[in-house]
Amino acid sequence: MEHQLIVSAAPHTRSSETIDRIMRDVLIALLPATIFGVFNFGLNALLTVILCIASCVGAEYIYEKLTHKEVTVGDYSAAVTGLLLALNLPPSVPFWIPIIGGAFAIVVVKQLYGGLGQNFMNPALAARAFLLISFAGIMTTWQLDGITTATPLGMLSNGLTLANPIGENGMILPSLLDAFLGRIGGCIGETSAIALLIGGIYLLARKVINWRIPVTFILTVFVLAFLLGGGFSLSFAAYQVVTGGLMLGAIFMATDYSSSPVTPIGQWIMGIGCGFLTVIIRFYGGYPEGVSFAIIIMNLFVPLIDKYTIPRAFGEVAR
Amino acid sequence: MKTLSFNKGIHPKHHKAYTENQPIQIIKPKGDLVFPMLQHIGAPCEPIVKKGDTVRVGQKIGEAKAFVSAPVHSSVSGTVKKVTPMLHPNGSQVLSVIIENDGEYTEIEGMEPRGDSSSLSRETIIELIKEAGIVGMGGACFPTFIKLSPPPDKKIDFIIVNGAECEPYLTSDYRVMLEETDRVVLGLKTVLKLFPKAQGIIGIEDNKPEAIKVMKAAVAKEDRIAVKVLKTKYPQGAEKQLIHAVTKREVPSGGLPADVGCIVQNIDTVVAIHRAIYRGRPLMRRIVTVTGDAVKNPGNFKVRIGTSCREVIEAAGGFKTEPGKIISGGPMMGIALFDMDVPIIKGSSAILCLSKKQTVIEKESACIRCRKCIQACPMYLMPLELNKYAIHNEDDFFVKFKGLECMECGSCSYVCPAKRHLTQSIKTKKRSILANRKKS
Repeated sequence: MEHQLIVSAAPHTRSSETIDRIMRDVLIALLPATIFGVFNFGLNALLTVILCIASCVGAEYIYEKLTHKEVTVGDYSAAVTGLLLALNLPPSVPFWIPIIGGAFAIVVVKQLYGGLGQNFMNPALAARAFLLISFAGIMTTWQLDGITTATPLGMLSNGLTLANPIGENGMILPSLLDAFLGRIGGCIGETSAIALLIGGIYLLARKVINWRIPVTFILTVFVLAFLLGGGFSLSFAAYQVVTGGLMLGAIFMATDYSSSPVTPIGQWIMGIGCGFLTVIIRFYGGYPEGVSFAIIIMNLFVPLIDKYTIPRAFGEVAR
Repeated sequence: MKTLSFNKGIHPKHHKAYTENQPIQIIKPKGDLVFPMLQHIGAPCEPIVKKGDTVRVGQKIGEAKAFVSAPVHSSVSGTVKKVTPMLHPNGSQVLSVIIENDGEYTEIEGMEPRGDSSSLSRETIIELIKEAGIVGMGGACFPTFIKLSPPPDKKIDFIIVNGAECEPYLTSDYRVMLEETDRVVLGLKTVLKLFPKAQGIIGIEDNKPEAIKVMKAAVAKEDRIAVKVLKTKYPQGAEKQLIHAVTKREVPSGGLPADVGCIVQNIDTVVAIHRAIYRGRPLMRRIVTVTGDAVKNPGNFKVRIGTSCREVIEAAGGFKTEPGKIISGGPMMGIALFDMDVPIIKGSSAILCLSKKQTVIEKESACIRCRKCIQACPMYLMPLELNKYAIHNEDDFFVKFKGLECMECGSCSYVCPAKRHLTQSIKTKKRSILANRKKS
């Protein structure tokens, strides 16, 4: 043979799209919320972020080495899980919480089920739920500016209202604007709706995610909060949208590729289902916040949703 | 300007700059010519010449015995050297007639104009097209006379000429539209004669403004023909997608274009129809784009069918750099050749020679369920699920997820960030399911 020719099946050209570019985009989109979180909560937040990422990447590396698998930390997916976990933790957690959480997310939720693309639950949220149940005290202690406080949703469930924002113990419910900007108590990355929205717009523009899950999720919470919140108050409904983990959850967590439906109708069901469960837990459940649990419950339905929402094929028309 | 389009699809780089401004050059073959008896969809035809026979240009050498078949004609004069299985561009061995070219190009008698399409009857036109061995020259190679004989209960409203040429690199149809404009129109008018109530449409992607301009000028006085501008998107030229873009009609699954009143013809096919009627010549040549970063002088060539790919590449100056892949057709659906000694056949639209640098096969990694394949699939399928079922041999689920509807356009593999071989796995599974069904 004069030339060594490669013979392979069509197509013979591929786009420049890669997994690490997608994961890098998610990291970039999370930057505004991360920076705001560090600015809002101080150095311990930064340490938590670093520890979470290190724990996730380290756990993935060690697991893959021990099981003689190809090491895939270079695709940034473990780093994304780490950062998402950090943004879902209270700012004052001790150093060992990120380490345990990261290892749990990667080893138990991601790798044991087959690695990237195979996890049936969002690894960061599953780890958060695991930590919340195991270390309830640590995971529900909120600090802002060095003072122990409560999250706005916690204050609401303790009887404060937008009309009557000052509690007996001197706690003051933040205004809607403060909640939108993020100068409130909560998890490291969840407080600033505006920073999360900027990241969401970036992800939409880069076509990393589509609008269906975030928009239906947020709208469902808004509408149900308006209807069920008592008093049909638009500002109350808006307050429910910008507080708690909703923005972070709707934009970054419920859109996790492996644990959300791939079909367009399925994505509607996912968004509406998450919104519905969030409101149910917030209003009627034992926890003041329900986004994480809503998403991981919906995660469990994803295979079923995908199975029953196969899109119509081109040509599936009446003859 | 508002352009017509189908839904979904992808936007690969065009790479048409290599050859779009290269006028068509004629190549005269030097070596032996190989004529496979199967250059179409359907039954192979039977050789009607034997070793030692003298043949002339235009002489029929393969007879179509089955209904779905198309005869093959010699494109040169000379002596039959052998009738034997030879390597076909698709990689299999196909019974072929090998002709030693005497370089004289002596023609058989009777290759004369058959008259004007307006003076010929419907039956005569279809018979002439059938006898000329004309097949769809966009690559699928379905015998044209069958396409032009839909069941009588199907009312044909549109004859669509496919000038989309959506495959990257390819410019043969573009050059034909520029250089043989009138023949495209006359060929289309011949087809319109068969369907007196149909409207003729020439669909062209908007990355070919010159072709749109000249075709529009050429049909300005034709009240039954219009030029429609299509959005540049792959696979705009796929038959069902083109019909959808132009008419908003959806060919039913398992159905034919005639079910929605449409017939689609490739540009070069229409020109072949023109030649069969107005010059009495069977299908003996086609336009081939020789292109890619490994070729010295990329260009468009008028090639006699049967000429070896090696000669065609040499006509383009040979290789500039070591080729990594030689593809018969475009980069999205073409077939990678392992040997340059295969003939140009009726469906060979291009010879694409890519350098080693361009042919790196990236490592496949796990699916991350990013849905890009779903967003790209012009048949609205879920390639990621089909890939899974194909690999795990879950045939029932593969069928339930409509894997058999796949048209193998390659869009899913193209967009996949995990570089998975989606199209390949789906295509393979599809073939095996269909083969099993045939058996039982």
